[in-house]
Amino acid sequence: MDPAASGARWPAAETVAPRSTAETADLLRGTTGTVVPVGAGTKTGWAAPPERCDLLLRTTALDRITEYAPGDLVVVAEAGVPLAALQKQLAEHSQMLALDPPEEGATLGGIVAANASGPRRLRYGTVRDLLIGVTAVLADGTVARSGGKVVKNVAGYDLGKLHTGAHGALGVVVSTTWRLHPRPPATATVTAPVHGSAHAADLAFRVARSTLTPTALELNWRRGPFDVTGELLALFESSPASVAGQAAACAGLLAGEESKAAVYEGDSAPSAHGTSHDPDRVAIGAALPAWFGQRPTGPMVLRLAYAPAALPHVLDALPPGAHGTASAAVGVGYAAVPPETDLAALRAALAPHDGSAVVLAAHPDLRAGLDHWGPPGDAFGLMTRVKDRFDPARRLSPGRLLGGL
Amino acid sequence: MTPARASALAAPLRAAIGAAKVLTDPAQLRTYECDGLATVRVRPALVVLAEDRDDVVAAVRICAAAGVPFVARGSGTGLSGGAVPVADGVLVVLSRLRAIHAVDPGNARVTAGPGVINLSVTRAAAPHGQAYAPDPSSQQVCSLGGNIAENAGGAHCLKYGFTVNHVTGAEVVLPDGEVVRLGGIAPEHPGLDLLGAFVGSEGTLGIATEITVRTVQAPETVRTMLVGFHSVADAAGTVSDIIAEGILPAAVEMMDALAIQAAEAAVQCGYPEGAVAVLVVELDGPAVEVDEQFRQVERIAAARHAFETRIARDEDERALMWKGRKSAFAAVGRISPAYYVQDGVIPRTRLPEVLDEVARLADAAGIRVANVFHAGDGNLHPLILFDDAVEGAGHAAEQLGFAILDLCLANGGSITGEHGVGVEKKAKMADQFTPGDLDAMHRLRCAFDPAGLANPGKLFPTPRLCGERPGPHTAEAPRDPALGEVF
Ligand SMILES: Cc1cc2nc3c(=O)[nH]c(=O)nc-3n(C[C@H](O)[C@H](O)[C@H](O)COP(=O)(O)OP(=O)(O)OC[C@H]3O[C@@H](n4cnc5c(N)ncnc54)[C@H](O)[C@@H]3O)c2cc1C
Repeated sequence: MDPAASGARWPAAETVAPRSTAETADLLRGTTGTVVPVGAGTKTGWAAPPERCDLLLRTTALDRITEYAPGDLVVVAEAGVPLAALQKQLAEHSQMLALDPPEEGATLGGIVAANASGPRRLRYGTVRDLLIGVTAVLADGTVARSGGKVVKNVAGYDLGKLHTGAHGALGVVVSTTWRLHPRPPATATVTAPVHGSAHAADLAFRVARSTLTPTALELNWRRGPFDVTGELLALFESSPASVAGQAAACAGLLAGEESKAAVYEGDSAPSAHGTSHDPDRVAIGAALPAWFGQRPTGPMVLRLAYAPAALPHVLDALPPGAHGTASAAVGVGYAAVPPETDLAALRAALAPHDGSAVVLAAHPDLRAGLDHWGPPGDAFGLMTRVKDRFDPARRLSPGRLLGGL
Repeated sequence: MTPARASALAAPLRAAIGAAKVLTDPAQLRTYECDGLATVRVRPALVVLAEDRDDVVAAVRICAAAGVPFVARGSGTGLSGGAVPVADGVLVVLSRLRAIHAVDPGNARVTAGPGVINLSVTRAAAPHGQAYAPDPSSQQVCSLGGNIAENAGGAHCLKYGFTVNHVTGAEVVLPDGEVVRLGGIAPEHPGLDLLGAFVGSEGTLGIATEITVRTVQAPETVRTMLVGFHSVADAAGTVSDIIAEGILPAAVEMMDALAIQAAEAAVQCGYPEGAVAVLVVELDGPAVEVDEQFRQVERIAAARHAFETRIARDEDERALMWKGRKSAFAAVGRISPAYYVQDGVIPRTRLPEVLDEVARLADAAGIRVANVFHAGDGNLHPLILFDDAVEGAGHAAEQLGFAILDLCLANGGSITGEHGVGVEKKAKMADQFTPGDLDAMHRLRCAFDPAGLANPGKLFPTPRLCGERPGPHTAEAPRDPALGEVF
């Protein structure tokens, strides 16, 4: 996909696709203009558009899985490797990289740069928890690796954390090393209807504060004129006996003591809208509904992050007509909001909950003057100094980050 | 500016934070000469016993204005010399910042001062069925501030992750005295993940004055087993097999014959008689899952010739199994006049060969080595025994330790898994990283601390100045006007 295709229009003077770290370093050393790295281009709308793009640097030719040691559950792969391609190879050994962002075709480098994650972050965390090593080419062509190929390592600063979510502003990520997990053999889901934001939070935290170990706890919500409605889904992934036992216990928790009878047992083959047979019942199933793990779509899509227990307040702060998903016990949600949404007011309403709202997608008509990131916070001066040290001439993805960095 | 002598700061420090919090008496200063790496000792010019954030800010500003280096110190249990003072510098002790500010089970967070002891966090969360997962063996004494500075690990980090995976926010006093909040209660924040970079920075990027950590829900079931082997290779092979089979135990710890012997003498843990190596394997989670995995582990161990598998029947038996492991460092201190703890990491599949090679290196050097370590992570802790009354013995022990680190690197590993680089291993950084790698790390250091005042002489193999901040883009948050008025 081209940057233009995902709603972000920033034509590049020239496009290159280096095939190695050395070629990438040569490119940066041999030029002086602005460089914007992209992978498959699925998340180019996630940050503010660059001020300038003299060179669009595609990482798609950096596409080798360079080292895979199944016994160690570690893999080294170049930045342009698509996540799906990596997963395919890992699946042959019943392993996986426990990251599940939905963007189709997304590359590892792009996932790191945009810090993309999905529902299973509840169990496995995000890029920062799984990336154990990274190699980046800095603005002046310096090739810098940090971390390593072992799961435990505290030698030196962990620069992988800095490149995560930096949208290429500190360097071009060329290679990534990951901690892997075994692929669980069985799946069970439990779904429950949600009536109101408080109810959603009550259900979610009943599960989250139990001894059950769901891999995801996702809310599919829609803000009506008066209140929030939707569906909560708990996903269990483990051995067949474990998921069966946990799903039953979870259904009991969600149905509440008084209405255990309402639990619908058996596979609840979801309809196109992902609802089970009887929308008023807690249902146990095995298949995932279509909405699971997908980002909402609409004229403006936001990523919300907040203190986890503030879920009902966050849902209530969203304007009627908004809809989306939330990793219900984590404190992260995705919202498609009406185009006239007052972003500044929304951000102010989230602030007491340590909340933020970042624009992931916006209709081209809405982009002009849009504040993608919101207020930069008191660490912005420090962020600026970090950017200055890594990229003093501001040639890498200028303007894409928070505060126009 | 020519740097002032640190001792000249006593008067302004006393004026700023109170006389009782500033130590200059040589006898008192001696307490702070070293951390857990007792072989490196430096007496600081001054010690500040900070009681709150404002004390830290005042101390750091006074240091910054005078160009005097400062070193943060938590409980002083670090094993790489990270908290070793600078002779002409100020040591800022954070132990008195030990208030737990908020226990917030709803958000699964605890916010506390940096001097709070690791175990206190779990104790505070326990009434809510929650725990703070990172559990270094020193958890009864080490501080949260030291933990985040070293990115501390522990036995249960195999499943739950290290300190960095559990810290969501910190208030940090930067080396020029500016106070910033990195992260917070929410799981993520817009902008660069400076918190992630701060964790594990060994006191070289500033001083944490408040820390927010995530707590985890206590599991339904915990089961612990002790497995005895007649060979180290079989125990190591069992670890590799468990991991390769896709089981993720809460902990897999290993001890060899010498470590077992020491622990037995010290705490009578009753480990299997005649064992050349034991594994402590702990599984937790839903009961069904734990039972299944337990059987798998038993099968794997049996195939590797385990001669005894003992399952803790109650909390007392479980505690005894762990007591042997957790007291092992101290116990080794009783069978040798002195010992030196190394900390290196290897890929888990290499455990059998590498442990073999460690034994060979030890034999060749004529030095006894006890191994007690986080086997599931491939994190070796060879305890190198020596007699400090014998001239050159300490040096020989250190040389053997470095040879073991070379072995870790040759096997694709790391020179430290949890104890940090500190002063001890800074030279080794140049073996693990290229000049380009180190240059990038140095840039981060310069962004936080252009004057190089925070814990200088640690982590980096060669001292380097930052020079002028390059480039045309110099937009910066306004400097605190008070900064210039300290003197
Ligand atoms: C018997 C024993 C067992 C151990 N077991 C383990 C283990 O299992 N896992 C493990 O990871 N470690 C272990 N350690 C090492 C040590 O306990 C850890 O590194 C611990 O995190 C250090 O905490 P501390 O409070 O003692 O820090 P200190 O030793 O006081 O300081 C360590 C470093 O942190 C910096 N620092 C301290 N406070 C702050 C602050 N507030 N802000 C910024 N920087 C700060 C210091 O400058 C120094 O560089 C063990 C040590 C001993 C003695």
